[in-house]
Amino acid sequence: MTTATLSRWNRFRESFLWYSFKRDKVAIASFIVLLLMVFAAIFAPLFAPTDPYDLAQIDIMNSELPPVGMPGADPAFPLGTDAQGRDMLSTILYGTRVSLLIGFGAVVLQAALGILFGLLAGYLGGRVDSILMRIADVQLSFSTLMVAIIVGAVFKASFGNLMFGEIAIYMLIFIIGIAEWPQIARTVRASVLAEKKKEYVDAAKVMGFRTNRIMFRHILPNTLSPIFVIATVQIANAIISEAALSFLGLGMPETQPSLGSLIKSGFDYIQSGSWWITLIPGLVLVVLVLVINLLGDWLRDVMNPRLYKG
Amino acid sequence: MLAFLVQRISQAVLVMFVISVIAFAIQDGLGDPLQEMVGMSVSMEEREAIREELGLNDSMVVQYLRFAGNAVQGDLGNSYFYGKPTLEVIFEHLPATLELVIGASLIIMLLSVPIGVYAAIRPQALLAKFFMGVSTVGISIPVFLTAIVLIQIYSIGVTVEWFPVDTGWGQWLNGALSTDGGMPSYGRGDDLTHLFGTWHSGFFSEIGLMHLVLPCVSLASIMLPLFIRLIRAEMMEVLQSDYIRYARAKGLSAVRINFLHALKNTMLPVITVGGVQVGVMVAYTILTETVFQWPGVGLMFLEAITRSDIPLIVAYLMVVGLIFVITNTLVDLVYGLVNPTVKLTGKKA
Repeated sequence: MTTATLSRWNRFRESFLWYSFKRDKVAIASFIVLLLMVFAAIFAPLFAPTDPYDLAQIDIMNSELPPVGMPGADPAFPLGTDAQGRDMLSTILYGTRVSLLIGFGAVVLQAALGILFGLLAGYLGGRVDSILMRIADVQLSFSTLMVAIIVGAVFKASFGNLMFGEIAIYMLIFIIGIAEWPQIARTVRASVLAEKKKEYVDAAKVMGFRTNRIMFRHILPNTLSPIFVIATVQIANAIISEAALSFLGLGMPETQPSLGSLIKSGFDYIQSGSWWITLIPGLVLVVLVLVINLLGDWLRDVMNPRLYKG
Repeated sequence: MLAFLVQRISQAVLVMFVISVIAFAIQDGLGDPLQEMVGMSVSMEEREAIREELGLNDSMVVQYLRFAGNAVQGDLGNSYFYGKPTLEVIFEHLPATLELVIGASLIIMLLSVPIGVYAAIRPQALLAKFFMGVSTVGISIPVFLTAIVLIQIYSIGVTVEWFPVDTGWGQWLNGALSTDGGMPSYGRGDDLTHLFGTWHSGFFSEIGLMHLVLPCVSLASIMLPLFIRLIRAEMMEVLQSDYIRYARAKGLSAVRINFLHALKNTMLPVITVGGVQVGVMVAYTILTETVFQWPGVGLMFLEAITRSDIPLIVAYLMVVGLIFVITNTLVDLVYGLVNPTVKLTGKKA
């Protein structure tokens, strides 16, 4: 057991991935920032001065206090407070948590769908391929955000506000996962088409393995690196989509805010001069998405899979 | 070519059919129209009679056919909120959105082509690297956030007091970083020119143009990085092809090679992608219009959702679906026309 992990660690240290990571300052910096943000988000209850979900800790008298460094600031609230008197630092930590959770969950869902449909389309070909890819094309031509908005709108109209708010996290994971599966399916299909022609697949067929086994045990592992690259970028996309949906009021409710709903609730107060309620969560969102995108760019350069243009 | 044409158009009809089925399912699935029409005191027999009269007891297929038949004749029902035919409501709001899209497209075209070409010709130049860095950051900023920042800077104004005010340079720096604000950030202004039908344009008055600036810049900001990257990538690929090398060997001037020969082949894929991006743009107009309270179809759609104005939601889906299908089909056809390597089966070579 120990020798196995050790050799795996050594293998990783001698890999091209680690070598190029060490030489890329942007990748290292992005990775550290991302790690810090994920860490802070996961352990938000430990770091946050107050619990934004706990109404007893909120005092309306503290509302719209500016961040430290501006006249009228209270040192107890380093990033100021929002219109309900909630500590901005705490809401942002909890909000990042919700945003990351939805982003990650949505990518897991779309990867499951995308890998399944991509494998089926690429390996089986024929009618299955043309039907699945036609659906993917049509969905992509509508743009993933548009599909997400429409599905979100329909869900919201059919569940009602209250019900939707309660199950919003699952709804958003579902909506974004459904809206974005074609991206991954196309990438998987493209690499399956290339893998299918290789000799090991012929060998597996000759040995009489079932189609399922060939698809999932033999071809899938060889298509993982492009999936990994696109999944990274898709997390960033999912977080942006979630923020957009929440900003439109089709996402997380204000009582359980994500970064997007924090920006939305702050936007109502921007005209009264309280810019920090909307712009600080906005900055956090941009940094989060940016470091994920930079890591995705780096991964793509290193692994150089044939990704779809545009 | 004829086969290609027929195939594309039949595909467009099929997609439109699927959209109409989805729209019908939404209309049918959300709420019972009877509940909204009659009170509590109406007896079961009367309800059943009204049900029969409205055709709600017919089979789903019959109900769908009625829905589709009306839709083809331009009747998508009445909006609950506006009390008018939904299509009329949409056509009242459409010009505002179109002007937003036109303005943003102009900004995108005027900026992305020169920047993309420059970054491709001089990939190592400091300025090119700067543009590429900015576009990477730009992709990571959601459109509504750009809009909010623009409102804060140019509409509300920013007063910077970071530097000491008692020194000359401090005052100068503070002044240089502060903005006055004052740009309009809500709506289209009150000086619109009537063009025709329901089209009132903001392009012909100073107030109208001022109102267009911030929304158009926001909408353009999200697509601009994409187009700069795309043009740069395509152009760099073209610059490595043989015919460019021959043109260089022949001694043609760099300007002629870059802008006449290379740019022509660069723009072909860019135009196709651009056409497809119309769909993406529509989604972003919803966000932009929400921030700027821009009275277009995006804001109308969002308000229809909060008001549960189901006929209007359905009509919006049908109209937007039709716009997407038409643009995509046109883009495919144009691409098939100008690029003979497209196989007639429709799969891109």
